[in-house]
Amino acid sequence: MAATQALPLTVPNISLSRRLTNHVMTAAAILTVLIVLAPLVAIFGYLVYKGIGSVDWAFLTQMPKPTGETGGGMANAIVGSAFILGIASVLGVPLGIGAGIYLAEFGRNRLGAVIRFTADVLNGVPSIVIGLVAYAIVVMRQKHFSALAGGFALAIMMIPTICRTTEEMLLLVPRALREAAYGLGVSRWRTTLSITLRSATSGVITGVMLAFARVAGETAPLLFTALGNEFWSLNLNQPVAALPLEIYKYALSPYDDLHRQAWAGALVLIVLIVAAISSVRYVVRRGTLGA
Amino acid sequence: MPGPQPVDSAKITAGPAKASAPLLRASTGEVPDRLFSAAMTACGLAVLGILVLIVYQLTERSGLSWHAFGLKFFGGSEWDPVNEQFGALPFIYGTLVSSALALLIAVPLSIGVAVFTTEMCPKALRGPLSFFVELLAAIPSVIYGLWAIFILVPVLTTRVQPILAATLGWTGFFTGPAYGFSMLAAGIILAIMIIPIISSITREVLMVVPQHQREAALALGATRWEMIRVGVLRNARAGIVGGIILGLGRALGETMAVTMVIGNNPQIVKSLFAPGYTMASVLANEFSEATGDVYLSALIEIGLALFLVTIVVNALAQLLVWTVTRGQPARGSA
Repeated sequence: MAATQALPLTVPNISLSRRLTNHVMTAAAILTVLIVLAPLVAIFGYLVYKGIGSVDWAFLTQMPKPTGETGGGMANAIVGSAFILGIASVLGVPLGIGAGIYLAEFGRNRLGAVIRFTADVLNGVPSIVIGLVAYAIVVMRQKHFSALAGGFALAIMMIPTICRTTEEMLLLVPRALREAAYGLGVSRWRTTLSITLRSATSGVITGVMLAFARVAGETAPLLFTALGNEFWSLNLNQPVAALPLEIYKYALSPYDDLHRQAWAGALVLIVLIVAAISSVRYVVRRGTLGA
Repeated sequence: MPGPQPVDSAKITAGPAKASAPLLRASTGEVPDRLFSAAMTACGLAVLGILVLIVYQLTERSGLSWHAFGLKFFGGSEWDPVNEQFGALPFIYGTLVSSALALLIAVPLSIGVAVFTTEMCPKALRGPLSFFVELLAAIPSVIYGLWAIFILVPVLTTRVQPILAATLGWTGFFTGPAYGFSMLAAGIILAIMIIPIISSITREVLMVVPQHQREAALALGATRWEMIRVGVLRNARAGIVGGIILGLGRALGETMAVTMVIGNNPQIVKSLFAPGYTMASVLANEFSEATGDVYLSALIEIGLALFLVTIVVNALAQLLVWTVTRGQPARGSA
């Protein structure tokens, strides 16, 4: 009681201009938050508003109609996206986890530091440049655009994220667990795979999902690798449709019905991504509570 | 839990029966151990290999253009695929101006959000607020572009540009017809996209500023703002700059949203109302239809230039962020 009575005595010492500045800056900070939240609310609001009216059964199950006709859907693009992401995961996930294991278990040296830095730098390479490289390596060799090239590009983008999160998660596993396994005569590879990696499973999955969510909406690296396809295709060596590519194409088209479908596609895409991220947050929260 | 269990129970039952068995097993484990460590090292080296592969492919495939134009490629402003004359200056200009504009808008806003979430905001609001800002980072570029085409550009044309032209037209930056698809639109959409990056890194950096710095400032009679300015922001300066540079790296390489709103016209004009073109968007628009080896090579050279710039920018940012957060936990100290 006495303390709270004494406090006000010091307040009058602070000059009016200092108090004013304090209030002005507080108001400014609140204002920035409002300004930043406004576009977020606007983007999500329009996505839901424009998207919900457009997503229907036909959109999810039918093929695109010929240009100019209304109706049809993006079934081939939804499946195509899943196909490309599947290829990317098959190529990128094992390599990314392997690199993460290297960094955590063997990489406490100069080479490890170099690889760690490389992974961080790779994370910042523009996606369109990754597309160029996939074009140069896969498309130029095959002489045509293909789903494989698209998957290759996305795999390159997934690897650094998976690698660094795997490393972080493995380092969280207590040393004592490893030492206990060694003490029992378990070999090093067995310890790493069935003790360390196993204990960090939820964290590693988090990393994979984050990488997945990050590349799921990527358009630029697919422009000249997967290219897009009007028709149904699940052939590694053929161009394939992808949801982000269709959204891009439809958004730039002059037809209202295609704009409608672009919004629908965007809503489907964002729902998938947000679902992935929310599941990650759920897993992470459970993981940290358990640890 | 079910993982470790079978392993040690097997050992225990095998242990007393043959006393020398564990030793033998340890030595037979050596070969698979070597294989395992070799395989994991190979994965690690693959990350290095990817970077080498990118550099090699880009330099190799852009050689033709480099030999044809040399340094003039970056100084020339003529882009004429028909006559095979290529100068990248308008694209470089567009990339730099749109990114600078984005930083100008995004930096004060991001720092404001970070300061609010770490220093002012009630604890209950902190989690949801940072989650929402992170959500902004999760939206794919193409959806930003879609939104910008149908919402941002019309609003700019009808509401914002007339006001800017009337009040700031005399500066020369806001003159000419208001098409909407312009450098200004690209700068704004880029700003929206990099705010989450800059603000989340700034937030992490602010959180590792030791608590006693704040307490010391307050004990000397500082107001909350003075405490933030002297005790927090000044200590976190290097890390904040790192975050800004990381945002810049993202803005420089951003492709889809910019391509959809910048107007795609290779010209160098002072007015921000005029359409422009960036290095990333010329790749997006022209690469898959490029015919002729020199044309393709010129585009790849633009890609190489973009790659080198973003590598340098990102490496710089990493180093700056590391100098601040190194050795301390990035989260949970505030």
